[in-house]
Amino acid sequence: MVRQKNIFVSGIILRCVYLEKIKEDVIILGGGMAGLRAAVAAAEYNKNLSVGVVSKLYPLRSHSVSAEGGTSAVLNPKDSFDLHAYDTIKGSDYLADQDAVEEFVRLVPEQIYTTDHWGCPWSRNPDGTISQRDFGALSFPRATFAADKTGFHVMQTLFSRALKYDNIRFYNEYFATSMFIENGRFNSLTTINLRTGDFTVFQGKAIVFAAGGAGRLYQFSTYAHSVSGDGDAIAYRAGIPLKDMEFIQFHPTGLVPSGILITEGARADGGYLLNGEKKRFMQAYAPNKLEKASRDVVSRAIMWEIEAGRGAKGEYGDMEYVYLDLRHMADVLDERLPMITEIAKKFNGIDAHTELIPVHPATHYTMGGIDSNVKTTTDYSGIFAAGENACVSIHGANRLGSNSTNECLALGNVAGVSAAKYAMEHDIPDLVVSNVDAEEKRIWDDLLKRNGGENVAKIREDLRNNMDKNVGIFRDANGLNTALKNIKSYKERYEKISIQDKSSTFNMELEWALEVGFMLDLAEIITVGAIMRTESRGAHYRKDYPNRDDENFLKHTIATYTKDGPKITYKPVVITKWQPTVRTY
Amino acid sequence: MADEYEFEIKRKDESGKVYYSTYKVPKDKISTVLEGLLYIKENLDQSLSFRYSCRMEICGSCGMEIDGKPRMACSTIVEDLKKDHIKIEPLKHYKVIRDLVVDIDPFFDKYREVKPYIIRDDDGKYDKELPQTPEQFHEYANFAMCIKCGLCMAACPIEGSDPNYLGPAPLAAAWRYIADNRDQGAKYRVEVVDGEEGTSRCHFAGECTEVCPKGVDPSFAIQKLRRTALKIEIASIFGGR
Repeated sequence: MVRQKNIFVSGIILRCVYLEKIKEDVIILGGGMAGLRAAVAAAEYNKNLSVGVVSKLYPLRSHSVSAEGGTSAVLNPKDSFDLHAYDTIKGSDYLADQDAVEEFVRLVPEQIYTTDHWGCPWSRNPDGTISQRDFGALSFPRATFAADKTGFHVMQTLFSRALKYDNIRFYNEYFATSMFIENGRFNSLTTINLRTGDFTVFQGKAIVFAAGGAGRLYQFSTYAHSVSGDGDAIAYRAGIPLKDMEFIQFHPTGLVPSGILITEGARADGGYLLNGEKKRFMQAYAPNKLEKASRDVVSRAIMWEIEAGRGAKGEYGDMEYVYLDLRHMADVLDERLPMITEIAKKFNGIDAHTELIPVHPATHYTMGGIDSNVKTTTDYSGIFAAGENACVSIHGANRLGSNSTNECLALGNVAGVSAAKYAMEHDIPDLVVSNVDAEEKRIWDDLLKRNGGENVAKIREDLRNNMDKNVGIFRDANGLNTALKNIKSYKERYEKISIQDKSSTFNMELEWALEVGFMLDLAEIITVGAIMRTESRGAHYRKDYPNRDDENFLKHTIATYTKDGPKITYKPVVITKWQPTVRTY
Repeated sequence: MADEYEFEIKRKDESGKVYYSTYKVPKDKISTVLEGLLYIKENLDQSLSFRYSCRMEICGSCGMEIDGKPRMACSTIVEDLKKDHIKIEPLKHYKVIRDLVVDIDPFFDKYREVKPYIIRDDDGKYDKELPQTPEQFHEYANFAMCIKCGLCMAACPIEGSDPNYLGPAPLAAAWRYIADNRDQGAKYRVEVVDGEEGTSRCHFAGECTEVCPKGVDPSFAIQKLRRTALKIEIASIFGGR
């Protein structure tokens, strides 16, 4: 429905609004691994249901394609669900909900076989069966992999499968701006069609949030540029609480200086970490697992080496780093680690067969997310969540390597089926026009008309540097309080931005501005949660409180939106059979 | 050598006006073309539009004509181009939406046409894997590496003269699935790719293979497709399957 056409006044768009409405039975927000898996599941559940995949990117551009090393699944009779669950729970530093983990691990093997039948080139044993490799902090080598391009191949497989279904429609480059809940139920999702600038409202019976994590809140990051936490922020602003947001995973081996991921598979296959003196150092931090300890442990070890003056320095500006050494396993690189070998060559001119790779811990995963559960439901009906956007919580305070893509597959499937079932039993609710009007005004009458001269990209850069410096691997009260003060000042600057680009076609600057708005909200939640959690657990390490405190903090942080900032409450952790004990690797 | 690069970028605004903008980018601030574009966007000109995401040459977003050749902006190291003046234009053979952003829909439509998914009679039973030896994997491995960036479509001379031609990446995808021992859908795919707008249009000039950032060889896939089509045709004449 055309409500108002573009009005140009001397080249400046005053109001670029067609209010276009699109109706789909099931709306999937996000076209990454969890989103595509959910879309296929919903479309298969009932071919008469219409499924709309709404993404700010084109298919296969989502960050899931960057996943490298593997996906844990119990396929071998010598392995067991209990063992996979135990590894996950120990990895989580006992913050995972154990009932959820136990259910989750049982859902994974079927997804491996399903994607195999759909064409995923899982790496094989000579006899043609699916092969598995070791990974960090696993007590059985259960990482199923497609060389070191696991995410890429699974994404190709899911996208291709989705193309079989005429009832799946892709809405590519629709940037979601807000979501509305009415009477405890999903009502609508507002978006901007980036190609036209049209304000477009999606109405549906059910929605699945599968929009990924928030890792680009940080500067040094393995994440794609697009990962700005949109799904988390949209849900939060609509009233859905976020859980455990202070837990941000740092992957030990981001390539210096770009941050590009060098898979944990490299260490699982036998790679060493060397400090600036070219000596292995993990013996001092994880005497049993060494380089194969959990990511939080290895990342801290690297930072401690650097703090002790044993980092390498010189070639890449001020950044200190350590080395990944793969030289002694040169013969397996081309078959098992082709992508990272190519990346080292293309981006750094380094031949991994004969040279050391400079690495530094980089943000890699957002353990927190939408407060949901293993059934993928939330507190609101018709609203489901899956993948990194969700916090079930399976990963607790630290996700194990090889435990993200399997979650996207297993719980993406659950979310798709659940949303489809819900859609079969419900109608599309009437649109509450006043909500949509208010959102339209927020963007066109407020955001686009701000004129204080602040550059959105500069605010984003300052925010990222602030998060790196003050809310990173090592945290303390001083740094965190400084971070929070800074975030408040960025929020003030954000009120004074000037969006220079006045185009309605592919206006990236407007997109950046909306993203930075989301990022500021999430940065605040992460920092407040970190200030209040006066203990160290998993990826959250407080130098001023270096021990885990089960008596006071064996609980999930819940952040609920208020106009004055997040309200923090807590929720108990579910323990089934694994009592928290001292965690060493 | 100067301490700045000059990026000369072909622009198109939403009124349809086409022009070039030139920007000075400090050499010590950037390494890749994408970093250069981000530097410009963040510091010099907020109106410049382009696509990007992963910055590690796996998501396929940032294809563009760089120094006269289709390349990925994220994996093109400016220094390797050995010049200070870099000309950047949108990918050829696509409709330009704005600046370096092109309409990639026709490419994905063609990709879908070749039925790029496993087709099996027993679809729906997923209780164990379908056996595939490493040797069988290598039959199609090269063609499975396609990141759908569409560079090959910009390099292909046939694409330039005949927009209906299926093109290198879609044809390579058709072969990727036919060559997969888990697939049983060759005959359906051959129907699509064996026509006037399919394999017979290819001149085997090999430009597609040359520009592919992932080393995929569509030219070879097209030769394989032709032979497979012939085999299926002969088999049907002599009463085979």
